Parts: sequence; C-alpha cells; structure tokens
Amino acid sequence: MANLTLELEAERKKICQIAKDCGLDGFETVFELINYDQISQIASYGGFPVRYPHWKFGMEYEQLSKSYEYGLSKIYEMVINTDPCYAYLMEGNSMMDQKLVMAHVYGHCDFFKNNVWFSKTNRKMMDEMANHATRIRRYIDRHGYDTVERFIDSCLSLENLIDRHSILNGPAKFSQSAPNVERSPHLFKVEKSYMQNYINPPSYVEQEKQKIITSNAQQTKFPSGPVRDVLSFLIHYAPLEDWQQDILTIIRDESYYFAPQGMTKTLNEGWASYWHSHMMTRHILNDSEIIDFADHHSGTTFMQMGGYNPYKVGIELFRDIEERWNKGCFGREWENCDDVREKKNWDKKTGLGRDKIFEIRKIYNDVTFIDEFLTEDFCVKNKMFVYKLNKETNKFEVDTRDFKAIKAQLLFQMTNFGQPIIKIEDANFENRGELLLQHVHEGLDLQPNYMDATMKNLFLLWKRPINMITIMSNEPQLFRYDGKDYTKHSLSAEKQTENNAMGNLAATSTTNTP
Amino acid sequence: MAIREDQNRFKTIIKGKVREDFKKYVTNGELIGRREGEFVKISMPRIDIPTFRYGPKQDEKGVGQGAGGDPDGQPQQGQPGSGQGEAGENPGDHMLEVEVSMEELAEILGEQLELPKILPKGSKNLMAEKNRYSGIAPVGPEGLRKFKQTYKKALSRYISSGTYSPDDPVIIPIRRDYQYRTVKKTQTPHTKAVVIYMMDVSGSMGEEQKEIVRLESFWINTWLKKHYKGLETRFIIHDAAAKEVDEETFFKTSESGGTLISSAYKLCQQIIQKDYPFDEWNVYPFHFSDGDNWSGEDTRICMSLLKEFFLPNVNVFSYGQVESKYGSGQFLKDLQKEFENDQRVTLSQIDNRDKILDSIKDFLGKGK
Repeated sequence: MANLTLELEAERKKICQIAKDCGLDGFETVFELINYDQISQIASYGGFPVRYPHWKFGMEYEQLSKSYEYGLSKIYEMVINTDPCYAYLMEGNSMMDQKLVMAHVYGHCDFFKNNVWFSKTNRKMMDEMANHATRIRRYIDRHGYDTVERFIDSCLSLENLIDRHSILNGPAKFSQSAPNVERSPHLFKVEKSYMQNYINPPSYVEQEKQKIITSNAQQTKFPSGPVRDVLSFLIHYAPLEDWQQDILTIIRDESYYFAPQGMTKTLNEGWASYWHSHMMTRHILNDSEIIDFADHHSGTTFMQMGGYNPYKVGIELFRDIEERWNKGCFGREWENCDDVREKKNWDKKTGLGRDKIFEIRKIYNDVTFIDEFLTEDFCVKNKMFVYKLNKETNKFEVDTRDFKAIKAQLLFQMTNFGQPIIKIEDANFENRGELLLQHVHEGLDLQPNYMDATMKNLFLLWKRPINMITIMSNEPQLFRYDGKDYTKHSLSAEKQTENNAMGNLAATSTTNTP
Repeated sequence: MAIREDQNRFKTIIKGKVREDFKKYVTNGELIGRREGEFVKISMPRIDIPTFRYGPKQDEKGVGQGAGGDPDGQPQQGQPGSGQGEAGENPGDHMLEVEVSMEELAEILGEQLELPKILPKGSKNLMAEKNRYSGIAPVGPEGLRKFKQTYKKALSRYISSGTYSPDDPVIIPIRRDYQYRTVKKTQTPHTKAVVIYMMDVSGSMGEEQKEIVRLESFWINTWLKKHYKGLETRFIIHDAAAKEVDEETFFKTSESGGTLISSAYKLCQQIIQKDYPFDEWNVYPFHFSDGDNWSGEDTRICMSLLKEFFLPNVNVFSYGQVESKYGSGQFLKDLQKEFENDQRVTLSQIDNRDKILDSIKDFLGKGK
C-alpha cells in the first residue's frame, strides 16, 4: 500500500481535502512512491503491475528506461482507472512536482469516476489483468511459449477492431448460426452397411440435399448487418480452439478497457490540468515554488508547431467555457447579437461556469466536446490555424485560419478516435465462407503493407480467405489474401463489366459512406 | 518484476533480426563507429504489430496554434505511399537502439559462416595462477561466512548428537560449525595472441579498398577476441617503406608511390622478434594489398621471408587481395604458385563489399 514519506503524506492529505472542497469527487486514491526503474516498468505495462507475458512490454520498457537514462524524457504522473485509484509518484522529483502531480491525479480520479464513458469499465481491472496473466501463463505451459506468443501477436494485430460506440451497451450479442458451406445431408446412423438403403432410402437423401440447397438459397446475409466489433464476431464464429478463444477474449476485454481513455484524452487531460492549475495557484503553492510551477505547467501545455496537445486544447476550452457561462455568453440572445462592442463587454453575471464544466466532464467525450464548444472566438483567441505541406518548398505552411476548416480538421482527426472504421460486411462471401471487410473511407487510405500483414493475421484466425474493400489512391479496390497470395482488383472497372456479381457490393459501399 | 522476462524475450527477437540481416551489418561500416567498449549499438526500426491503420499523412494537414510567422517545420515523414514491404520496415518511423555485445556478434558471425572454433597451439599454453574464493575454511573474517554451509554443519551436528527434534527445528550454530569462504588457487590455461595487420597504402589502394580492409579486419578481430582474451593488435602500413602506426592512422592514411611488400614483412618480423616470442604467443599476421608489387625481385624476398621465418612459426599467415582497378593482382598468383597446398597460408580474393563474408570464411574457416 501507500508508502509515502511523512512530508508527502501530509501534503497528500491537504491536497485531497482541497480537491474535495473544490467539488472533485474521485475514488479513494492510493499514491505509491517508486523509483524510475519501477515507474518505467509499470508504464510499459500500461500502468498495471502485472500483465501477461509479451515482448511488446519488453520493447516499451527498453525504450522508456533508455530515454530516461539518456535524459530525454521523464514520466511524472501515472494513474490507473480502478477503484481505489492507484497513482504513482517518482522518487527524487521535487516537492513542487509531487504536489502538482497529486493535484493533477485528483482531477483524473474525479473524471474516471464521473464521466459516463467510464461507467461500464471494470474497476477491479488490476485483479482482472493479473488473472489474464495467469490464464495466459497456463496456456504457455500447456502449448509452448512460441505457439502462444504467435497467437497473441495475431490477436494484437486486430486489437483496434472494436466498436467504440457500443461501450455503453455492453458486448454485442450474436444469435445467428453460421452458414455451413460444406454441410452434408442429415442421414440416420446405420450400424450395418446393408441396411443403408432401408434406413436412408435414396429418395430421402435426395430430399435432404434439396433442403440444404433451398436453405442456402434462402439464407439471409451472414452476419445480418455490418459488424463493427470484429473481435467479438471472431470469438463467436472463428474456428478457434478453446485456449485461443480465451486469449482473444482477453485481448478484447483489455482493448475495451483502454478504449474510453482514448476517447476522452483531450477532455480528461484538460480537466486534470484545469484543476491542478486551479488548486496549485490558489491553495497549494508557496512563494518559492511559483517559478518552478510556471515552468513545469507551461512545459505541459506547450503546443508544438504542427502538434496537437490535448492538455493545451483541453484546459483552454474548459477555461473558455467557464468564462462564457459565468458571463452568460451563450444562448439565443448571445448568438443573435451582432454588436462586437456589446459582445466584448457582455456580462450577465449568470455565474453558471463551474456547474457547466462539471456537467461537461460528466457526459461528453472528445468528439462531442470539440464539436460543441470549439467556437470561432476561441479559435481567434488561441490563434489556431490549419497547416499544410507546401509541396514546392517542402515546408509546412499555414493553410487557413478559417474557423470551419479548423473545426473540420480537428473533428476529422478524431473520427473514430483516430482509428480507421472497419466493418465485417459478409462472413460467407461468395458463399465460400470467406470474410469480407469494408473500410469506411473517410479521406485517408490505409497503409498498404500494414493492411497486408494484418489480413495475414486475420487469416490465421478465420482460416479462410480474407477480402477487404477500401479505396486506395482514389480507386475502390478489393484486396484478397487467400493464405498464400495477395490479389487485388479494381471495383470501379468491375462494376461495368460484371454488374451482377459486384453490383451488390458497390451498393452497400455507397450506402455506408456518408 | 516480470518485465525482465519480456525484455529478454524482446532482446532475443532483436538478435534474431540482427541475425537475419547480418550480411547487411557486415558490409555496412556504420556498425564499427558505434562501438562502445564491449558493446555495439545497432539501430533498427521499431518492431510494430501490424494493424489496420492510416498510411503516412496523405494530405499533410493538421491544426496548429500560434502566430505562424515562420513555420519552419520540415516534414517528418518520408515519402507518402511507401508501397510494399514487410510490416514495420519503414525506416524513419521510430528507431530502436539495441545493444549487442561483441561476444554475441562473434557468435552470430560464427554461426552464419559456420566457423570452427580456434584451437590454440598446445605448446603455447601457459598456465596462469588465479585466486578464487571457492574454498572453505573453518576460520576467516565474518564477512566471508557462508551461511548455508554453516547451517548444514550445525544441522549435522544436531542430528549426529541426537538433539535434533523435527517438532522444534531450532538450529543454533556454535563456533566450530562456522564455515568461511577462502582463497583457492586455480590454474587456468592462458593463451596469448597477437594479430598483426599489414596494409598496402600505395597509390593504387583507393578509399573503397581501404574500407573493405577496415570492415574485414573488424570482423576478424571480433572473432579472434572471442577466442583469445586480451588479444593484442598491431598495425603496419607500407608503400615502398613500412612503418608501424596506431589503429586510427592505419585506416585513414593514404600514401602514394610504389609498393615494396617485403618492407612490411621485414618490419613485421622485427616486431615479432622483439615482442612476441613464438613459444608464448599465437601470432596471426594478416596482409591486405591490391597485389601490385614493385618488382619480381621484391616478391622473391617476400617468398623467402615467408618460407624461412613466418610459416614455421605463426599460426597461419593470411593474405587478402582487394580488387582494385589499378592493381595487377600478380602477388596473389605468385603466392598461389608458391604455396599451393600449404595449410599454413590462407589466401583470399575480395572483389567487392559483398564478398567480405566469403573472405572472412576463407581466413577463419580453418580453425587455426
């Protein structure tokens, strides 16, 4: 449990009380004081003390510990979304840093507990992760390290194919039975071969065969609608052994656990930064620490040329919103006012700012947050712009400061939270049990070599050819991997020649693209 | 923590990658410059688990903040649309720096080329005495007390005197149970070896030729070091006259003028006679040249030096001929004629960088 020094513990109590007074309502938070090596280890494990064995954690660790040793980076803060919340402080950081981290952590804790996107997360994930590790170690003992590792590699390759919008609905339910491509007619069991013609007369066999043909013909699409939760679909329908199914379930569970954190990055960091800044400057800092705090804080919220800093955008938006709702700069009256001078001095003394930001931290995620609260005034005030690569000079240049373009660009970056949208369209493609995936093209192509390698991994699980519809270089194409070779053909040409075969596909692809 | 396990697993994977691309590293001089003591740092692309993801920024757009007066950012990504290839082979993404020890490199080299282990000449093994704390004594300083042995001794005393009871297994060691670590003299065979590199730096040896020699000698050194702890190296450069230089000069000097190979051999002879008596040392002379000697007369002197002095005494005499457009390559032919079936001479022709591995195999494949 907590092993803080007396001095830190005293500060922790103080900060905890201040956070409560500010209205922050998190889980109980346990701080652990650990050294840089331990913090690198835990950070490589995604914040958890125990994970299943896999080389990717080793690679993370190798990088984190090296970059710390070379003085390139330093992890200040880490907090895990569990109940109680665990957070880590690093030995040897200055007192000001430790206080800042604690204040920041209380912000995160409050967010974890209250934001709706976290309402379904398993708060005992630390135990769960340890259980996952035990299960996977057991499979390793039984099936060998290399076999299990190779399988985990394939699963991790598909880890982002989950349905982020179903987080609140719980796991998808599949009741449809998979069509059997090579189904043989149902025959009664025959003990003696000479009885065959009596027990299963030829007319009966013929009748059964007909049944299959008609049922295959009547078979509705499988799956009946497009499936976003590819992992869940595979768990249900892919021909996997029990241990493989379990590992895939583990990977999916962990993926869903981390998903809300990816969906609320800006909001969460903005919230925590807002509160650490608020608490530090008003209640915690002493005179001698001001400069260090300012240095550290501005380092955190510094927006690099061409980079997107969720801390910065988040904290500025929260401050902007608080001010607007304090002064009543919202609603119809404000929208309809055209007088710049009047708007500048607008103050209805509504004082709703604090309430509003608490409401936001409860029900928004990054996309809805940016969509609703990024205003034109905000963009002007923060001097935001869209940059673009000038192909002639090979330099990035300011493309536009137009508000709509900025917002569109930001929202575009956040669509599906930075991941391509991939759906299963058909799991019995061309009635051959092949998997047909569709990439909903939002303007960016998939990276071809990664796509090929991922299809290969998908093949290892599905064990039948994998097909993928996407747009590559402005041309709709169907990519196929049959276990040995990759083939592709253009769908735009296909449409004209073989209208019948592919017309169906083309239709679905157009209806699904907004 | 279990992270060590994952880290080791990762390192094994990395070494596998180094092994796969070993040839690339051998012929690429970059590796040598990144040597730090016993380790070599190797940069390689981060191993990525492939996922469906967006390609490199295709429209190169983003949101920034600030005045934007002098946006002087260079695009970080390489060419968009990198085409085909194995996943994770996009250099410039994230590079990993991994440390591989010289010992491991030598092992990989040995594995790749199926090199036999070198057996030092028997008579040259000197026995060296070493003190190790592997003995046990009943007296000694408290810091060296061996707990386990002391406990065992006490336990056996309890049992033999019949005072041990399994229900109350309390063992209290007394003074005469105490056991201490103590110095024990061990004899280990001590082999001493010296490699003497000679290189022709006359006008006909160009930069590329010297780079080849540099790479080749690096790998030969790596391999020999694995077999001889405390391997010594000496360097001689020659054109018409020979002189001894340090390692750095050896690889950088460019002289012009004629070539008298015998000058190098004579200097080498002097060095050996002065510092490396044959009965104590394993001696490995390596000579690299483009094979263009000044005169037949000088070649004859070389032959007789080899026959009378070098061959009877050294482990193996190695001659590598680097292909150059100016050299006639005659010296290799002369050597071949003279020592055709002599096991004490290895000859190798190195046409270009890609042949370095073959040539190393020529030199070290005999296990001498």
